[in-house]
Amino acid sequence: MSQVRVLVGTKKGAFVLTADGKRDKWDVSGPHFGGWEIYHVKGSPADPNRLYASQTSGWFGQLLQRSNDGGKTWEPVGNKFVYEGTPGTHQSYDGTPHPWEFKRVWHLEPSLSDPDAVYAGVEDASLFHSADGGQSWQELPGLRAHGSGPQWQPGAGGMCLHTILIDPGNPARMFIAISAAGAFRTDDGAATWRPINQGLRSEYIPDPAAEVGHCVHRIAMHRSRPSVLFMQKHWDVMRSDNAGDSWSEVSGNLPTDFGFVIDVHAHEPETIYVVPIKSDHEHYPPEGKLRVFRSRTGGNEWEPLTRGLPQSDCYVNVLRDAMAVDSLDSCGVYFGTTGGQVYASADAGDSWAPIVRDLPAVLSVEVQTLP
Amino acid sequence: MIRVVLPAHLRLLARVEGEVQVEVDGPPTVRTVLDAIEARYPMLCGTIRDHVTLQRRPFVRFFACEQDLSHDPPDTPLPDAVANGTEPLLLVGAIAGG
Repeated sequence: MSQVRVLVGTKKGAFVLTADGKRDKWDVSGPHFGGWEIYHVKGSPADPNRLYASQTSGWFGQLLQRSNDGGKTWEPVGNKFVYEGTPGTHQSYDGTPHPWEFKRVWHLEPSLSDPDAVYAGVEDASLFHSADGGQSWQELPGLRAHGSGPQWQPGAGGMCLHTILIDPGNPARMFIAISAAGAFRTDDGAATWRPINQGLRSEYIPDPAAEVGHCVHRIAMHRSRPSVLFMQKHWDVMRSDNAGDSWSEVSGNLPTDFGFVIDVHAHEPETIYVVPIKSDHEHYPPEGKLRVFRSRTGGNEWEPLTRGLPQSDCYVNVLRDAMAVDSLDSCGVYFGTTGGQVYASADAGDSWAPIVRDLPAVLSVEVQTLP
Repeated sequence: MIRVVLPAHLRLLARVEGEVQVEVDGPPTVRTVLDAIEARYPMLCGTIRDHVTLQRRPFVRFFACEQDLSHDPPDTPLPDAVANGTEPLLLVGAIAGG
C-alpha cells in the first residue's frame, strides 16, 4: 500500500509525519533540529529518501541539512551562500537603497531528475544552485542581473525568493516569485529572466501596474499543464494561461482575496485551493472561521470547505509554503497553521482532521507520496 | 590546550557534549581558536562568524575570565588563564528574544 510522508518545518524544529494510504493514523517524528527555525523541508522527486532542510537561526545563521533515509538521520552540508560579484542595492522598506545581504534560505526545490541537484530561494532575494547534494552553492546571478533589482523591496517577512517552479516538460523553464518584486520566468535554464507581472495590480506601490514591485505570495501549477499558473498575491487570486505572460483576476466570490497559500489538486488541473485571510494587517481568517476555499473551475467560483475545521474563535494564519497535496487516487490536501496544527483531508478537501495540534508555529508543509 | 564552551545549539550541531578542547600554534587569539574550532567541526563554519568577512555574528558574544572580549580585535591575545587552560573561552548566544 502507498504511504504518505508529510514534511513540516516549524519555528522550533522539523517534524516528519507518516501514514499509510488510508491517511487516518499518523506517526509523528521530531522535533529534528529542535529550537531552530526550519523554513522548508523538501524531498527529491528522483529519490524520495533524499531530503533537504533549511535550518536557520537569528543567532547562528543558516545551515542546510540533508537526509538520505527519508528524515531518520541528517547531516549538515554546505551553508556558504555568497552573491556573485558586487551585489548592489535593493530598496529598503522606506524606498532608500539597501545593500544586498544574505539572511536565510526560504525555499528548497530539488531537481526533478537528479537527487544531488537542488535550487535554493533566499533572502535577500536571489536563486542559488547546488549540483553536489548541497555541499556547495553557487548563485545564478542572471536573476539579479535582470536590471530591476534596485527597485525590489522587502515584504513584511523580508525580501525573500519563496517560490520555485520547474516546468516538468522543459527544465530550462522555471518560474520564481519574490516578495515584493513579483514573478519572473526563465526559458534558458536560469541564464536570463524576465518579469511576468502584466495584469497584476497592487495599490500599495506608486504605479499599481508596474513591471516589478508586486508582493506575490505564492504560485502553483499542475504538472500536466505547466503553462497555466495560479497565484495568491498579497491581495488578489490570479491566473495565467500563457506561462505568466499575462494574468487575470479569479478571486470571484471569495470572502477576502488576501492570503498566502495556493495549490492545485493532483489529478484535476482546474481544481485549486486557497485559505482566505482577513487582511494584510489582520493575519487570521475572517469571522474566526478557518475555511479552505476550493474552486473546481480554475477560479472565480469558490466553495468553502469547513467540515472538521474550527468555525469559531480561530485566529491562526497559514503561511505561504504551508500547503501541499499528495498524489493518491483520492487527492490528499494538507496545510499547517501558525497555531501549530497540521490539518489533512484525504478526500480532496471535503472533510478535514488534524494530524497534530500542538506543534510550534508551522512555516512549511510538503508531502511525498511513496510507493 | 584551549578549552572552549559552545552554546547548546552549536554543541548539538557539532555532536559534542560539554567543553571542547583545541590546540593552536603560538599565543591563542579569538581568530586562531575559531580557526581551530572550524577545522575540527566544519559544520560550525558560518555559525559563529561570517564565512567571508570572518566578522562575529551579531548575536554571538565571546567571554572569558569574567571579561567581554566580543569587541576586541580578533588577533588580541587571549587572557593567560585561557592560554594555559585554567579558564575556558565562552562562546555565548546573546540574550535576546525573551
